[in-house]
Amino acid sequence: MAGIDIEGLATVYPNGVRAVDGLDLHVADGEFFALLGPSGCGKTTLLRTIAGLEPASEGTVRIDATDVTRTEPGKRGVAMVFQDYALFPHMSVSENITYPLKVRRVAAATRADVASRTAGELSLDGLLERKPGQLSGGQQQRVALARAIASEGKVLLLDEPLSNLDARLRLEARTFLKKLQRDLGITTVFVTHDQAEALALADRIAVMDSGKLRQLGSPREVFARPANTFVANFIGSTPMNLLPGKVTTDGAVTVAGGSLPATTSSTPTDAEVTVGIRPEYLTLSTGDVAGPALRGEVVVAENLGTQSLVSVDCAGTLIGVTVPEETEPSPGTPVVLTAPASRVLLYTQDTGELLTSTDRTVGARS
Amino acid sequence: MRPAYVVRRIGFYVLICAITLFFAVPMLWIASAPFDASPGLGVHWPDWTLENVRKTLDHPYAMHSMVNSLLICVTTAVAVTAFAALASYALSRVRIPGRDALLYGLLLLSSVVTGTAAMVPIFVMMYQLGLIDSRFGVALVMTGGLLPAAIFILKDFVDAVPKSYEESARVFGASTGQILRDVVLPVARPGLATIMVWAFVNSWGNFLVPFLLIRSIEKQPGAVLMQTLTDEGGSVNLQVLPVFSLLFSIPVVVLYLLVNSRYGFRFHGGIKS
Repeated sequence: MAGIDIEGLATVYPNGVRAVDGLDLHVADGEFFALLGPSGCGKTTLLRTIAGLEPASEGTVRIDATDVTRTEPGKRGVAMVFQDYALFPHMSVSENITYPLKVRRVAAATRADVASRTAGELSLDGLLERKPGQLSGGQQQRVALARAIASEGKVLLLDEPLSNLDARLRLEARTFLKKLQRDLGITTVFVTHDQAEALALADRIAVMDSGKLRQLGSPREVFARPANTFVANFIGSTPMNLLPGKVTTDGAVTVAGGSLPATTSSTPTDAEVTVGIRPEYLTLSTGDVAGPALRGEVVVAENLGTQSLVSVDCAGTLIGVTVPEETEPSPGTPVVLTAPASRVLLYTQDTGELLTSTDRTVGARS
Repeated sequence: MRPAYVVRRIGFYVLICAITLFFAVPMLWIASAPFDASPGLGVHWPDWTLENVRKTLDHPYAMHSMVNSLLICVTTAVAVTAFAALASYALSRVRIPGRDALLYGLLLLSSVVTGTAAMVPIFVMMYQLGLIDSRFGVALVMTGGLLPAAIFILKDFVDAVPKSYEESARVFGASTGQILRDVVLPVARPGLATIMVWAFVNSWGNFLVPFLLIRSIEKQPGAVLMQTLTDEGGSVNLQVLPVFSLLFSIPVVVLYLLVNSRYGFRFHGGIKS
């Protein structure tokens, strides 16, 4: 088992695009690590650079404390599952799984052993003689995983492991993947553009944009305290409310014709800020409340299953708030929105970075 | 139905029949003449006999020329397939400036190499190399002529092999040779089979190259010998020629049927998994 250390890594394509741009990253031994970002953010390039399929232009990659920056992919001790699984169509499942061993000239008897054992672990019994074309998408994915595991790499790299599965199968495979990673305890890095997938699977998430790291943290930290408005926008199935506001003296911000409590100790009074608040952290009430609050009128309610997303018009600004099912107020109802100060995040208006207050640790829960 | 329509249909079918007959007559001749006691240049119901077959088998050079043909064509087909596989893999995967221009240029010039235009320089070249009157020399020239088109066709098959297959094998530690042998070539097998048959058929029917480069009659392939199948008087030997023609066509048909049933004969890439 091994950790991955990345220092000042840059991958520049011949056309001058800096797909990965000066990245520092440490993946701990046994960690399940997600690279998350929109398409074209460089996350797949980073994964391929770790694997050695793209040459690093600057910086170093270390696996298990060994510098592998200039090492051939096959000698790095990495196993990789490709987005299209890359199963060899002319080989049976068993031949596919043991191909890494065949390359190393492991005896046929040992290979057969490994094939049946690995297939057993991944519930592929009885499919060993089939060709990949005769398998379902989920089975193909498990064969690809089995092949990666059979290669006994120190590090497992997964490129969009769930994107080729249909929606229902994806949830099943997600649970399976997380359990498998826990059981094996193998250091795993996976790439995804789906924030829900990253939040569900990973121990830690690196959110990337334009080849740069935008935030690194546990799913909880990344969700509750996005380091900047880019991450705030990207994470969460309902988009975070990002509104222009102004810091007032009494530990509050004026926003959308009302005000919200906020931790303003590190922010000068009257500073123009972007106020970020997740719809999930806003409380909607119909009666009047004491303290800072937003007042507005319900415009529309969208059913999300166990909860509804209600859009409230506060002085001309639409603000989203989630409410439990069957408590949606009808459109036109005057409502009041409140939030705890710890959930109201302040970002600078120019760079969009989080204005961190010194009196609190990142990710602390209120 | 209007009369004009009927007339048009009748005219159409008459035309179809004429065209069909035009193509069918040679086929009928090759099917009937070998077994006819008195074969002529026309098609008629044969007077069944195997005398012609015996005569052909006894012919001093007929069977020998078939062996020569096989020797030359198998060498050519194998060489073309092997070299085209390596070249198309390289051209498909390595970025070279002007790669496509190079391919088109080769393709254009290939028709010159085995064509009539370059025969004199090729003859001189082979003479200098001491490869005149050598079956190997003939195979070499035909390989050179067929390679550009073979590379061009095969590159399409190799292009269709997903890059992730190779990268996957690379991550597992496979060398370039192992990747080619274990992954790329097996996946591109329909293309290799097509190229091999295509090269075989092309060299099987090639008359000009062996005609110019081979001197001794015992080294001549079937395609050249056929025009020398005359009797003592100088007229066409109608007892040996039909049987020889029939035998000459068999390898090509068998090879095509074999490849078609296994891989499907096609000139484009793509993977059926």
